[in-house]
Amino acid sequence: MIKFLLMVNKQGQTRLSKYYEQVELGKRAALEADVVRGCLARRKEECSFVEYKDYKLVYRQYAALFIVVGITENENELSIYELVHNFVEVLDKYFSRVSELDIMFNLDKVHIILDEMILNGHIVETNKNRILAPLLALDKMAES
Amino acid sequence: MSDVVEKTLSALPGLFDSQTGAARITSRLRQLVKSITELTSKNEEESLIKQELSSMKEQVSSPNTSMMREIMVRAMYCEMLGYDASFTYIHAIKLAQQGGVLEKRVGYLAVSLFLNEGHELLLLLVNTVLKDLQSTNVIEAYMALTVVAQVFPKDMIPAVLPLLEDKLSYPKEIIRRKAVLALYKFYLIAPNQVQHIHAKFRKALCDRDPGVMTSSLHIYLQLITESPDDYKDLTGSFVTILKQVVGGKLPVDFNYHNVPAPWLQIQLLRILSLLGKEDRSTSELMYEVLDESLRRAEMNHNITYAILYECVKAIYTIHPKAELLEKAARCIGNFVLSPKINLRYLGLKALTYVVQHDAKLALQHQMTIIECLDHTDFTIKRETLELLFRITNAQNVTVIVEKMLDFLHGCSDEHTIIHLVGKVAELAEKFAPDNSWFIQTMNDVFSTGGDLLQQDVPNNFLRLLAEGSESKEEDDQLRLYAVNSYLTVLKGDASHLPQRFLQVMSWVLGEYAHLQESVDQREVIRLLTQLLDQRSVSSETRVWILSALTKISEGQTDLILDLAESLSSSQDTVLRQQAQELRQLSQDSQLYEWVLPRGAPWDSMEVDSSLSFLDGFVSEALAAGAAPYKPPHQRQEELCEDRALNLEPYSFSLPVSLSSCSITDRQSPTLLSVSSGLSGNSTELSQKAGSSTLILEGVKRVWGRDGYLRQNETTAPPVDEPSAAVQPSGQQEAAERLEPQPEPSTQNQDKLQLASSLFVGLGAGSSMSLLGKSEAPPPRFRKKPRPHESSSSSSSGTSERSSDSSSRSSHSTTDSFLYGSLLEEEPATSISAFSHTPKSSTANGLAQNKDTKEDRRANTSQILGGDMVIVRPNTFQDKHPSLVSSDLTALLPADLKDLPHSDVISLTSDPSLSLSSCRLFRDEALLLVILISNCTETVIKDVAVQLTCEELETASLRGNVMNCLEGNSTSVCHYALLMDEPHTNVSFTGTVSYQTQPGHTNTLSFSGTLSAADFIRPLVVSTEEYGKLWLSLSHDVKQNLKLLTDASDPLRTTLNALKDALQLHVVDIIGSEGIVACRLLSGAPCLLHCRVNGAALAMWLRSPHPALPDCILYHCQRALAQH
Repeated sequence: MIKFLLMVNKQGQTRLSKYYEQVELGKRAALEADVVRGCLARRKEECSFVEYKDYKLVYRQYAALFIVVGITENENELSIYELVHNFVEVLDKYFSRVSELDIMFNLDKVHIILDEMILNGHIVETNKNRILAPLLALDKMAES
Repeated sequence: MSDVVEKTLSALPGLFDSQTGAARITSRLRQLVKSITELTSKNEEESLIKQELSSMKEQVSSPNTSMMREIMVRAMYCEMLGYDASFTYIHAIKLAQQGGVLEKRVGYLAVSLFLNEGHELLLLLVNTVLKDLQSTNVIEAYMALTVVAQVFPKDMIPAVLPLLEDKLSYPKEIIRRKAVLALYKFYLIAPNQVQHIHAKFRKALCDRDPGVMTSSLHIYLQLITESPDDYKDLTGSFVTILKQVVGGKLPVDFNYHNVPAPWLQIQLLRILSLLGKEDRSTSELMYEVLDESLRRAEMNHNITYAILYECVKAIYTIHPKAELLEKAARCIGNFVLSPKINLRYLGLKALTYVVQHDAKLALQHQMTIIECLDHTDFTIKRETLELLFRITNAQNVTVIVEKMLDFLHGCSDEHTIIHLVGKVAELAEKFAPDNSWFIQTMNDVFSTGGDLLQQDVPNNFLRLLAEGSESKEEDDQLRLYAVNSYLTVLKGDASHLPQRFLQVMSWVLGEYAHLQESVDQREVIRLLTQLLDQRSVSSETRVWILSALTKISEGQTDLILDLAESLSSSQDTVLRQQAQELRQLSQDSQLYEWVLPRGAPWDSMEVDSSLSFLDGFVSEALAAGAAPYKPPHQRQEELCEDRALNLEPYSFSLPVSLSSCSITDRQSPTLLSVSSGLSGNSTELSQKAGSSTLILEGVKRVWGRDGYLRQNETTAPPVDEPSAAVQPSGQQEAAERLEPQPEPSTQNQDKLQLASSLFVGLGAGSSMSLLGKSEAPPPRFRKKPRPHESSSSSSSGTSERSSDSSSRSSHSTTDSFLYGSLLEEEPATSISAFSHTPKSSTANGLAQNKDTKEDRRANTSQILGGDMVIVRPNTFQDKHPSLVSSDLTALLPADLKDLPHSDVISLTSDPSLSLSSCRLFRDEALLLVILISNCTETVIKDVAVQLTCEELETASLRGNVMNCLEGNSTSVCHYALLMDEPHTNVSFTGTVSYQTQPGHTNTLSFSGTLSAADFIRPLVVSTEEYGKLWLSLSHDVKQNLKLLTDASDPLRTTLNALKDALQLHVVDIIGSEGIVACRLLSGAPCLLHCRVNGAALAMWLRSPHPALPDCILYHCQRALAQH
C-alpha cells in the first residue's frame, strides 16, 4: 500500500504532498525533511529504495525534483518506481514538457491527476488517456 | 485562456510583476508561488505564510466565489508547508456546493486534502454529494463519486448507498468505475454496510469495460485476503482475465512501454497467489497462465521485472510445480546477477522470500550474496542480512551473527537497530553453539540495542536462564558463565552501559552470583553498590539493583545496613521503601529464609496467572459500570482500525511476529511437496524418502559442506540417470558462472571461505534435516513447557506477563510479605482462617472439587496480598469417602431423581456428623442438596441447617430441621437458589447445629463456592430465532479463546467441551463458525458467536445483561484451560 507521495526539490522544499494515511499537520514537516534527507544522501549508483522507519521509500529524480513514495513492506518497489514514471509521463502529456513551475502554478490540477491514479493508497488507474479525461473535460467546460 | 498565460509565465518567470489583465484573477497566487520559490530560510517562510493567512482571512469574508478557487489553492500551499488554515475548510465545502465545474472540483479536492474521515464538517458535505450524485451532468456525478471514495462520514453511508448502487449500471464507464471504488472504500470503513451487494461486485468483475473490472479487483484482493476459501470459484475468472491481459487483448492505451497493463497483471498475480496457497486443485488451474506470464515478460524493462518478481512470488506461494519452480529460480538468477542495482535489490528480496520454501536456492547465488553483503549501499546490505537471517542454521550461525553485529556497529538508524538486534537475539537463542558464544552475543545485543531494545528480548533471555533446560548441570554452567562475564563487565567502566543491560546483569547476579564460589560475595555487593552511586543509572534500574542486593545480602549485615542507611534519605520513595525492606530482611534471618528461599526450584513457585483472586474485585467493578478488560491483541486491533501513519520511533510488534519468522516454523507441508515436485516423483506417499535421496543424486554438487567443490572433483551426474532431468539448468548456469578462475586472487579466496562458512548446512547433504520439523536439529536452549500457557496464539501476551512476574518473583514475594497484614506465622494458618472450619484438615476436604480447590488457592493468595504463592504439598487425607451417586438418588425425593446433578462433594465433618453437598440443575433454579450423615451409632437430635449467601436468593428450602437423625443414617435438605445478577463465583456459608446429648448443642460450620456455571442453562433456539435475538441484544464482548486443536474438528471439539462444562446449547456449526446460546436460569439470554481464527477461537458474546457475557467468558476460558 502507498502511504504518501511527495514532490520535493533538491533544496528540500516540498512542492506537493499527498498522504493516504492520516498524519498530523504538525508532524508532516519533520517527516518530509527526514525523507528528503534520506534520499538526498544517496548516490546515483545506489538503488532507489530506502528503508525508513516502518516502511520503504521509493524515489526517483527528475532534474532538480525528487518524487518520493512511502510504501509498506508488502508492496512491489519496482512497480512503484515505474508508477512514478508513469505519473511524470502523464504530467508531461498534460503540460507538454512539465517543469517544476508548472507543478507549482497548477497544484490543484496535479492533485486532480494524482487522485485519478492513486486512491486510498492503491493504484486505480494507469491508462494515460483515462487519467486525463476528466481533467480535460473540466478544462473544456471552464473555457466555454 | 489563463492556461496560455500560465505557460508563458512559466517560461518567463522574470515577468511576474508586469502581468496584468486576465492574469490578475490569479495574481495573488502567482505572487505567493513566486515568493515561495524565493524563500531562503524558515523565518522568511513563516512570516510569508502568516501574512498570506491573514490576507486570506480578509478575502474569504467577502462573498466572491470567483476568488475562492484561488484562495483554496493558496490554503493548500499553507497547509502543505505545515501551517494551519482551518478557517478555509468551511469555504472549501461551500465552494464544492456553489461553484461552477472547475471550482466545484477544487472545492471537493480541498475537502479531501484538508478533512480526515472523522471531521465533523464533513456532514455538511453530504447534501452536496447527494445532489451531485443525482445530477444528470456526468462531470458532477464523477466529482461527487471521487470525493465519496476519498472521505465520507461513515454514519451517512446508508444515505448514498442506493445512489451508488444505481451508478453501477450507469452507461459511462468512468461513473461505474468510480462507483466501484467508492463501494470499496465503504467496504474498508464499514464492511457490514455493503454485505448485501457482493453479487454486484461480481457483476463489476465481469464488466465489459476493463477499467471497471480493474477497480473491482481492489475489493476482491481485500475479500480474498480475509477469507480465500469463499472465492475459490472465481479462480477461473481471474485466470482468464490474466490470460487476456498477458495475451495483449486490452486496448493499446492500457499499455505502458509496450507492456500490457502491468499493474493490473501484478494485482491479478497477487490474487492468484492468495487463492492457490496450500490448495492443490486451485493451483493447478493457474500453472498455465503463470508459465505464460513468465514467458511473455521477457522484455528488458523495469516494469517487466516488477511483473516477474510478482510471478516468482506467486509460483513459490501456491502449490508447487517442479517445472515452474525451476523457471522461477532461473528468473531470480537474472535478477540477482543483473548489473542494475534496483533489480539486484528486488532479486535479493525475492530470494529472501523464496529461501523460506527452499533454502538451497541461496546456494546457487552465494557469491552474489557475499558481494552484496559488502556492498556500499545500505539498503542492499540490509536486505542481504535479512536473507542471511532466513537461512541461518546451527552450523553457520556464528558467521551470520558476526556479520549482523558488524553491520549494527556501523549503523545509526534506530529503527534498523531495534529490528536487527531482535533478530540477532532470536538466532542466538535458537542456534547458539556454546555458552560463551551465547553470553558474549547477548552482551553485544544488550549493549548495542541499548534502551531501544524491545522488552521481550531481555525478558526472554532471563526466562531462558531462569527456567533452564532438562539438565541442571548445563544450566548452572550457563548461569555461571553469565555471572563471570558480568562481573568482568562491571569491573570495567559501566557508566556507558544501557539501562536494560544493567538490569539484566543485576538480576543475574542477584540470582546466581552464589554459583561463583571463588568470588567473594562482598565483592559482588560492592560492584552493585557502586552502580547505585552512578548518576547515569535510572531509578528503575536502581530498583533492579536493590532487588539483586536483597537476594545476595545474606550474612553481610554490616554492608547492607550501611547501604540501607545511605538510601533511607533518598528522594525516591520507591528506593527508600526498598531500603527499608532490605534493612528488615537483613536483621531477621528467619524472615529472610522464608521470603527468599535459597535455590528453590522454579517449579515450586506457582503463579496464579489467571489472577483469579481478583475475580471478586473485577465483578464488582464491572457491576459498577467499569469497562471490561480487553486483551492486548484486541486493543491492538482496535488501534489499527483508526491507524495513522506511524511517526513514533518504532512500533512495538508483538513477539508473535518474531516467533513466526523462525525457520523451523516454516517447514510446512508445502515444502515437502516442493521437493517431491523437483524430484519428479509423482507418488505423494513416498514424498519424503524419495525427495531426499533423489535430490542428492540429481543436483550437481557444486558446494559441499566444506564449501566449493572443485569441478574436476565432482562427478557430473550421468545423463541417462532418471533424475538428471530435474537438475535446474539455472543452477548449472550459475555454477558455471561461479566457477573460480584458475588462480583465484586472495580476495576471492577470502570470499570463498566466507561462502563456505555462510552457506554450510544448506547443501543437499543436510537437506534431509530441512525437510521435516522432527528432524530439525534441536534448539540448543530448549524452553521448558510453561504450565500456564493458555493457548499458543495468545502465548505472547501470557508468556510476557508471566516471564515478567517470574523475573521479579523474589521481589514481589518480598512485597507481599511486607504488606500482607494477615501474615502472622506461615501461610498454613491463613488457609485455615479462610475456611471457617474447626479443623484445618477438614478444610482440605473441599479440595475434592476441582473448582473449589482452585478457589481456595486463589483465596490464599489473596490473603497473602501478592500474586505469588509458594504452594505447600497437600497433606490432607480424605477420611470421609464421598457418597456415590447411587446413594444420592436413593436419598432424593422422587421429583428430583431425574434431574441432572453434579458429583457429591464433602463439605465438612466432625466425629458425629459429616456433611456433603450436591448440585441439582433445574431449569429455573439451582438446587443445592446438603446431605447430613450421622457417623455415630447413636441418635442425634434437633439437627438444624442454616445457609446464608448474600449474592443469591433462596427460593425455597426443604428438610432443614430434623428432630432426630438415626445412627449411621443420612438425611437430605435442599435449597433452591436463584441468581439474579451474574457473579462469576459466589460463596455460601452455613452452620449445622445438633445435640448429641440433651442440652448440649454442637455447631458445625461449613462453606463452599458455587460458580455461575451452575446457573447457566441451555437456551434452545433455532438459527433464525438466534439471528433475530442477536440483533436485539445490546451488550457485547469479544475475546479470543484457546482452541482445542488436538482433534480433527477443533471447532466442534471446543464447542462440545464448552457445552459439557457450561450446559450451553450449540445451535449450529457452519464451516469455521459456530453459534451457541444459553441463559441465566430462566432469565437473561446470552448468545455466543464463535469463529475459528487461526489457532484461536474468536468469541463474540451478546446479552441484554451487561455483566453476563464477561461471566460466561470467564467460565469458558476456565473450562478450556482445564480441558
